[in-house]
Amino acid sequence: MLRLVGLKKQYRTGDQALKGVDLIVPDGQVMALIGPSGAGKSTLIRCVNRLVEPTGGQVFLGDMELTKLSRWALRLARRRMGMIFQEYALVERLTVMENVLSGRLGYVGFWRSWFRKFPKEDIREAYRLLDRVGLMHMADKRADELSGGQRQRVGICRALIQNPELLLVDEPTASLDPKTSRQIMRLINELCAERGLAAIINIHDVLLAQMFSQRIVGLEMGSIVYDGPPDQLTPEVLTRIYGEENWEETIGKVEDEELDEEDDFAVETPGRMTSGSDS
Amino acid sequence: MTDQPVAPVYPNTWKRPPLIKSGLLRWSIVLGAAIYLAAAIGTMEINWTRVAEGLPRGQRFLDAFFPPNFADNRGVVWDGIQESIWMAIISTVAGIALSIPIGLGAARNLAPKWVYLFNRAIIAGSRTFPEVILAIFAVKLFGFGPFAGFIALSIGTIGFYAKLLAEDIENMSEAQAEAIKATGATWFQWINYAIQPQVMPRMIGLAVYRLDINFRESAVVGIVGGGGIGATLNTAFDRYEFDTAAAILLIIIGIVLVLEYSSGYLRKWVQ
Ligand SMILES: Nc1ncnc2c1ncn2[C@@H]1O[C@H](COP(=O)(O)OP(=O)(O)OP(=O)(O)O)[C@@H](O)[C@H]1O
Ligand SMILES: [Mg+2]
Repeated sequence: MLRLVGLKKQYRTGDQALKGVDLIVPDGQVMALIGPSGAGKSTLIRCVNRLVEPTGGQVFLGDMELTKLSRWALRLARRRMGMIFQEYALVERLTVMENVLSGRLGYVGFWRSWFRKFPKEDIREAYRLLDRVGLMHMADKRADELSGGQRQRVGICRALIQNPELLLVDEPTASLDPKTSRQIMRLINELCAERGLAAIINIHDVLLAQMFSQRIVGLEMGSIVYDGPPDQLTPEVLTRIYGEENWEETIGKVEDEELDEEDDFAVETPGRMTSGSDS
Repeated sequence: MTDQPVAPVYPNTWKRPPLIKSGLLRWSIVLGAAIYLAAAIGTMEINWTRVAEGLPRGQRFLDAFFPPNFADNRGVVWDGIQESIWMAIISTVAGIALSIPIGLGAARNLAPKWVYLFNRAIIAGSRTFPEVILAIFAVKLFGFGPFAGFIALSIGTIGFYAKLLAEDIENMSEAQAEAIKATGATWFQWINYAIQPQVMPRMIGLAVYRLDINFRESAVVGIVGGGGIGATLNTAFDRYEFDTAAAILLIIIGIVLVLEYSSGYLRKWVQ
């Protein structure tokens, strides 16, 4: 369980990115975090694993207070949180396998990692995950030879091989086409279900958020302005989060995967909504 | 919006905004620079008679160079070349080995402020003096011979390599570094997995380039007593054996060319 208590972040430039956020994410819950650009979504998830240092409030993972850990303890705690990035953030000159195995760095000693001599279980797990996301044959390719969708799947493997309790996902689909976006979101969703993982997913695509999460939290100007199930995302709620706009067309009925409407965030591609047969 | 919209009139010329906004300041800088340049050229004394005397002397000099004599002092030249190659290689290796910790410490995004300032000071220090000056110091300290040359070139290598390494690290992709940090990697693992792959290809290319520089510098360093082919070259000049000197210069050019081509090749290969 992840618990944020009065979490605040003020950047040195003076931007108050988070204004005392209280939030509880129970085990196994996939939560989508939506909000306009600059609302503080990235700041929020980065404050959880302290890639950004919060300036106030507390973060608890289970019983452990992450916000008061020493550097050493923080490093050990980070192993329990997998992170997935918008631009994939793979180390481009390393192979796919090295990128996946880098998720185990927190568990192996320096010399083992230096010589790429990871424990047998780790290597088996890496292959299993790559197979699961359909990239078994890519293991020896260099990360910069992959397409965006493939890279993101490697990014997912890297996060999962940490064997985390929580996934922090920052706009996983922002650089992907609509169909690949769905595949990636579905994959994250299935993997979370398989492993009982909790996840916070920052996402701009409201429709995707509704389709692939159990709960939606709306952030605006550093404060939570909506917290509820996906199907209660009414035009009034979207106006509260994003401001005035005609929202009727944006909102999906969650069960309906065959929606054929235009939304503001996705690129129109003929036939983009007719997938569903992909793995 | 019931009014009839008035079609706006758009300008049809556009100029790039100037770098310095104030026109007065801009023009006074240009004018000042022009005046200084004119004054500087005006005060430079060129003695044309001396230039005229120098030209035929240069001609005689060149004549003495040809044909280059590879045969007569073969043994000495070969020893000098070997010594220079050895000097270039070990000073490159030692210099780079020392440059790695210094370069890491001099990257603002890795090191805390005081470590950064300390390492930048080391780099600035070793960059202040050209290799010849360093060699003169080293010869005073350790006496004539290749050891002095080795010390001078190693210090010169630090100023070069550590600085470029630090700069390369400062330009790396922050996202890749953060991703590895987020896995719970230790500092050394982070360097090995996130930083090293990003800077490695360029640093290998620069290592070969530095080897090339060190080899060329070894000729200069030798002239002030630092051993190597420079010492041989100096002796040849002192004895007016210009044909041998020409042979040495040609050999240096040849070796530098080989290094040039192999560094290009190597760089392509490691990319
Ligand atoms: N490194 C930083 N330094 C200073 N201010 C920052 C920094 N990062 C973010 N901010 C500011 O904090 C606020 C929240 O930014 P954040 O990146 O968390 O927004 P976001 O919701 O993720 O936006 P987007 O949807 O565009 O990614 C913004 O006002 C931004 O300008
Ligand atoms: Mg963001």
